[in-house]
Amino acid sequence: MRGFLQGLPGVDQVGADERAARLGARSIKTTAKASAIDLAISMVDLTTLEGADTAGKVRALCAKAVRPDPAQPDAPKVGAVCVYPDLVGVAVDALRGSGIGVASVATAFPAGRAPLEAKLADTRAAVADGASEIDMVIDRGAFLSGDLRKVYEEIVLTKEACGDAHLKVILETGELRTYDNVRRASWLAMRAGADFIKTSTGKVSPAATLPVTMIMLEAVRDFRDATGRTVGVKPAGGIRTTKDAIKYLVVVNEVAGPDWLTPEYFRLGASSLLNDLLMQRRKLATGVYSGPDHFTLD
Amino acid sequence: MDFEYAPAPESRSVVDIRPSYGLFVDGEFTDGHGEPFKTLNPADEEPLAEIACADAVDVDRAVAAARRAYERVWGPMPGRERAKYLYRIARIIQERSRELAVLESIDNGKPIRESRDVDVPLVAAHFFYYAGWADKLGHAGFGADPRPLGVAGQVIPWNFPLLMLAWKIAPALATGNTVVLKPAETTPLTALLFAEICQQAELPAGVVNIVTGAGETGRLLVGHDGIDKVAFTGSTEVGKEIARAVAGTRKRLTLELGGKAANIVFDDAPLDQAVEGVVNAIFFNQGHVCCAGSRLLVQESVADELLGRLKRRMATLRVGDPLDKNTDVGAINSAEQLAKIRELADSGESEGAERWAPPCDLPQRGFWFAPTVFTGVAQSHRIAREEIFGPVLSVLTFRTPDEAIEKANNTPYGLSAGVWTEKGSRILWAAERLRAGVVWANTFNKFDPASPFGGYKESGFGREGGRHGLEAYLDV
Repeated sequence: MRGFLQGLPGVDQVGADERAARLGARSIKTTAKASAIDLAISMVDLTTLEGADTAGKVRALCAKAVRPDPAQPDAPKVGAVCVYPDLVGVAVDALRGSGIGVASVATAFPAGRAPLEAKLADTRAAVADGASEIDMVIDRGAFLSGDLRKVYEEIVLTKEACGDAHLKVILETGELRTYDNVRRASWLAMRAGADFIKTSTGKVSPAATLPVTMIMLEAVRDFRDATGRTVGVKPAGGIRTTKDAIKYLVVVNEVAGPDWLTPEYFRLGASSLLNDLLMQRRKLATGVYSGPDHFTLD
Repeated sequence: MDFEYAPAPESRSVVDIRPSYGLFVDGEFTDGHGEPFKTLNPADEEPLAEIACADAVDVDRAVAAARRAYERVWGPMPGRERAKYLYRIARIIQERSRELAVLESIDNGKPIRESRDVDVPLVAAHFFYYAGWADKLGHAGFGADPRPLGVAGQVIPWNFPLLMLAWKIAPALATGNTVVLKPAETTPLTALLFAEICQQAELPAGVVNIVTGAGETGRLLVGHDGIDKVAFTGSTEVGKEIARAVAGTRKRLTLELGGKAANIVFDDAPLDQAVEGVVNAIFFNQGHVCCAGSRLLVQESVADELLGRLKRRMATLRVGDPLDKNTDVGAINSAEQLAKIRELADSGESEGAERWAPPCDLPQRGFWFAPTVFTGVAQSHRIAREEIFGPVLSVLTFRTPDEAIEKANNTPYGLSAGVWTEKGSRILWAAERLRAGVVWANTFNKFDPASPFGGYKESGFGREGGRHGLEAYLDV
């Protein structure tokens, strides 16, 4: 495993940053912008991960997920709702019949500093309550100290604990720091069975960045070439504006390819992004900007 | 889902193209005595404007004006005063950058993304950089008070019209010379807009003179007795002709000519960035780049993988309207150049190399050539030896580092080279052995006014840019 990961082609940081910046400079206007906004809305994993979360808060978020803009009923619903494990049941009830899945963070999110048994129990509990997607964190300490086997085995065991639920593996790229590490961790997670690789918990700065997401998209592209299996990518944290979201979609389109331009294989982990998407959507439809009070705060 | 980018054209309303343009001599626009010619928009073949053509009388007048300005105003002016004019020009270029970028894309065919993000910012940077030198020439290493040469005759190509103008004019003016510059006949418009900028900056009359015309005007200029220095950027063929013309005269000469640069990818290269670098090396500016990485030398052990990635990447290149902000590859500058590219590409096929281009819809009108790659190219093929000056890449392979260097250097040219490897020591090892004026490591086609640029062998002599660029315009 170590030999394989270290044999992956390196990433030149300057070149990768340049490429991402250039893709970020694409000009997406009019009809292209309208379809990008709807696609982005359908990819949002609407997230609340706070110590102060309550059942009421989660129910409000779920209502928003089903009908994001009451004034524009044709706005698509979001990809999923993402909550802590103990609130999965509330979200599942609130979303019943909507077709929207519930994602739960697990494995002692966000630090992942708990005994393996606790992490697996965390996962099983969320799945038992009805979570259809599990967002696990990798053991960054083990990864950075070179104990790749530990990281790998935890992912394999968590995947087993997930059963039918999809597994998203959070690399926490803000702690891995180098692009070489991002590429290696991506491959490690995919080989261990990840259905999605995700940039960040949102609790560490920097969270998702465009170049990091680009490198992960290169990894899923190359992984599919090598194995035939398609793995999804989810940047999470720090994506707040429509402009940002569209940059990500351009990178998906030109780096991994149009096959990934679906909520099945690309998600945006965000909370405040949704209202900006809705605001821009309404602006395109009506020609005028509505103030922030015309969009619900949940 | 298919994510189609809607057209995102930059507005043309910012430029005002006049129906006809005169010569810029002694601070004024005047008629030429030659037969006027038209400049076209290469993207749709529409005529843009009628341009005056300078004959012997006009060139005489321009050189005389430059001489007068040199003797009476610009030569005696203290460096710190000259610097003020150069700073003023640089600032006006920044203020009018959108206008310059749009005009450059219309007249040249290059994508607005490049004229906006590369050409025009570098033009301003060049003037800022040399403005800084104007009052510090005593510290440049050429003696306490180096003197200018006098009047410089400068002939520039069509691939980077305004940027090549800046490379020529900024160091000449900073060192106290005056200039007569001839832009290429297919791309005169930004040089003429620059003339307006000189007026706007109240540059003394005669310091900058622009004479438009074709090859004959250039011959008259470089052969003129009244000039002290010839600076030329263009083809090696014309460069040799110029070298013969100035041989035995007092004129100083710098030449920046053709190239057939090797981009060497070792097996430990960062492959995705190398692909990006290869694309930037040969498809930047439609391959109309003297230092373009037109030969890809890739280590055999990673050749298939790299080529697979390269082809996939090439399929995402957007070819079309130069003014669309999402265009990556624009129009070929002229019918003549397009014919030359086609002829060389056809020779590649008939000599046995394998040709590939991604499917792409080229516009019906205008001059277009799809990004093309040739594999299975041998050193003896014409496409491995001759400068194509178009979006055509020749791929060769090597087995060992020594072989890579040997093949890279096995060309009459020596302007630039690229090295792709994660191993620092290999970069230094290769850079020591490559006979090229610029060696880029894990990048390509990067320019900076502080960095000298120029060639080995038949790619020319003399350096432009940096402290070294001053030497070409000083009597040292």
